[in-house]
Amino acid sequence: MTEIQAGTGAAGVAASDQVPAIELDEVVKEYVSHGEVVQAVKGVSLAIGEGEFFSLLGPSGCGKTTSMRMIAGFEEPTRGVVRLHGQDVTNVPPNKRDINMVFQSYALFPHMNVWDNVAFGLKRKKIPDGEIRQRVGEMLEIVDLVGREKRRPREMSGGQQQRVALARALVNRPRALLLDEPLGALDLKLRQHMQIELKRIQREVGITFVYVTHDQSEALTMSDRIAVMNDGLVEQLAGPREIYERPATKFVAGFIGTSNLLGGVVRAVNGASAVLALGPSDRVVVPVQGAVAEGDTVELTVRPEKITISTEQPGGDLSMVEGTVSEVVYLGTYNSYAVALAGGAEITVFQQNAHDSTTTAERGDTVWLSWQPQHSYALQ
Amino acid sequence: MSRVRAALTPYALIFPGGVWLAIFFVVPTVVMLSLSLQSGNVADGFVFTWNWQSYVDGLTNYHDQIIRSLVYGLAATVIQIIIGFPVAYWIAFKGGRHKSIYLFLLLLPFLVSFVLRTISWQFLLSDNGMLLGPLKNIGLLPDDFRILATPYAVIGGLAYNFLPFMVLPMYVALERIDPRVLEAANDLYAGKFQTFLRVVLPLSLPGVFAGVLMTFVPASSDYVNASVLGGTSTTMIGNVIQNQYLVTQDYPTASALSFTLMALLLLGIFAYAKALGTEDVLEVAAR
Ligand SMILES: Nc1ncnc2c1ncn2[C@@H]1O[C@H](COP(=O)(O)OP(=O)(O)O)[C@@H](O)[C@H]1O
Ligand SMILES: [Mg+2]
Repeated sequence: MTEIQAGTGAAGVAASDQVPAIELDEVVKEYVSHGEVVQAVKGVSLAIGEGEFFSLLGPSGCGKTTSMRMIAGFEEPTRGVVRLHGQDVTNVPPNKRDINMVFQSYALFPHMNVWDNVAFGLKRKKIPDGEIRQRVGEMLEIVDLVGREKRRPREMSGGQQQRVALARALVNRPRALLLDEPLGALDLKLRQHMQIELKRIQREVGITFVYVTHDQSEALTMSDRIAVMNDGLVEQLAGPREIYERPATKFVAGFIGTSNLLGGVVRAVNGASAVLALGPSDRVVVPVQGAVAEGDTVELTVRPEKITISTEQPGGDLSMVEGTVSEVVYLGTYNSYAVALAGGAEITVFQQNAHDSTTTAERGDTVWLSWQPQHSYALQ
Repeated sequence: MSRVRAALTPYALIFPGGVWLAIFFVVPTVVMLSLSLQSGNVADGFVFTWNWQSYVDGLTNYHDQIIRSLVYGLAATVIQIIIGFPVAYWIAFKGGRHKSIYLFLLLLPFLVSFVLRTISWQFLLSDNGMLLGPLKNIGLLPDDFRILATPYAVIGGLAYNFLPFMVLPMYVALERIDPRVLEAANDLYAGKFQTFLRVVLPLSLPGVFAGVLMTFVPASSDYVNASVLGGTSTTMIGNVIQNQYLVTQDYPTASALSFTLMALLLLGIFAYAKALGTEDVLEVAAR
């Protein structure tokens, strides 16, 4: 696999000379429910750059919606500051914020047709009629809804309603657009189509998008940067490639894609790498940062597709472990192997079904797994 | 065979409803219509003679009462909207977890018999009763001040007695509004007032529409409030009809008046529905 420069999407992100479009500064949100204080967001700080496609990714209940609602102004943070373009808006109501939101359920006005839905914000801002007509017309063109101006929301499909919701927000030319799981209600095909559409629209209008999703593949394909959230905190904030290949924490490694976790005691430290003690014939080297000393336990992660499976012991500077194949699953373009190590860990390996594929390990075979040390990462 | 059955299925399905309508609506209506065109008296019996005179007499003698009934019904309806909307709004949006308790409290007084409730208002409002007596004693009100036997008492009674029929449909319409739609309005630069005007109000109109129908019709054909709380100058058409049936026993005139009232109410409802057709109301509100 060729290495594309990691994190290219993060262009303009928090470049220090530029004021971020959106900033959360140590934001905490507590709710009182049934007499108990629940911390939905436990201290989140992040800066989203102008024009960036930024995703909040995490499992259900991790505080994504709450964070977004604080940016939109529907919730006031218990502590902390929300800034839009450098201005403190912590206590500014939603109608006075220059950002718009696309709701998960669309929340279209059921009593208005498409045109009136889209024109709503412009009318409230007292834009002249002629300009409203022009801008609404243009926007309906962008979202491909020309000819459906007179339809009511309930007379439209989910995908069309979704586009009305998008147009209704974008027509106001907000400085940022917030989208809360906007594709969650669509079927897979439509969702994939809309992902491409959203990306195209974002490029065309050049507005900052903040995108909430629990779908990691959606976040990985669309975003310039991703904040992976867990239990009210940001676990990692980075570009999709880095998130995928260099998960910073155990949680991120587990949440994004399939990944293998391997623990061992440090036997030796050579500059920026540590050698781990595993089985007698194993050799595992992992790049480490900061203070790691002999005797520490280190956990590392390596992606299934970075691992090569072979029946003979490979040579070179590769990290390698020995194990027994416990499962082989044929998945079309690749095979998935589950390999049990002597220490008890189970490693998943994806092997492409290339025409020159030499190794065809079977259940019960003793095999060697190997990977480049730089494809494994020590977890914090 | 199966084609015959398929053809008969729709009729079989409407049969129970049809029987219901026939027994409780069509038959009485036809009987009443025939009665209104008969002549004679109780002692000698009535015969069907296409006697339209009852309609002419009814309208000539009682047009004042007919108009008064419609005016009182309308006034009561307007009062109910003014009182009922905030109540329904409050329960729907501020009721929180206790919505059903508030609704129950609203309905509680109406578990007591309609007539008893009205009679207790008669006690409360009587010329030297619990309310006016003390006020007169301390000189806040003149001695000849009265509420009973005035239009205010009758309209007030009507408004009170049919209030739940206004509040409940309004509540249902308001309760159904998705709070996220209100947030969306707020997000799209509408403040509290604009959100109410452009979103809450139009979405509640079907409920108001239903409430008006459910209160205006029974209020303008009511006779209990006028007879318990009113006087000779506040007689409504319901009182006339009751009197014609039970006292004068002039069945044809009573039936003719009932029919006239029914026709007027139906006309009113159709005109109202046409003028404020729900879709169009919403269309207007969207501007
Ligand atoms: N209004 C509220 N009252 C009480 N608890 C809430 C409220 N809103 C959210 N929470 C809680 O805060 C946590 C985060 O919720 P949310 O931000 O909706 O998560 P996500 O969008 O990531 O699924 C959840 O545990 C949720 O139950
Ligand atoms: Mg959510």
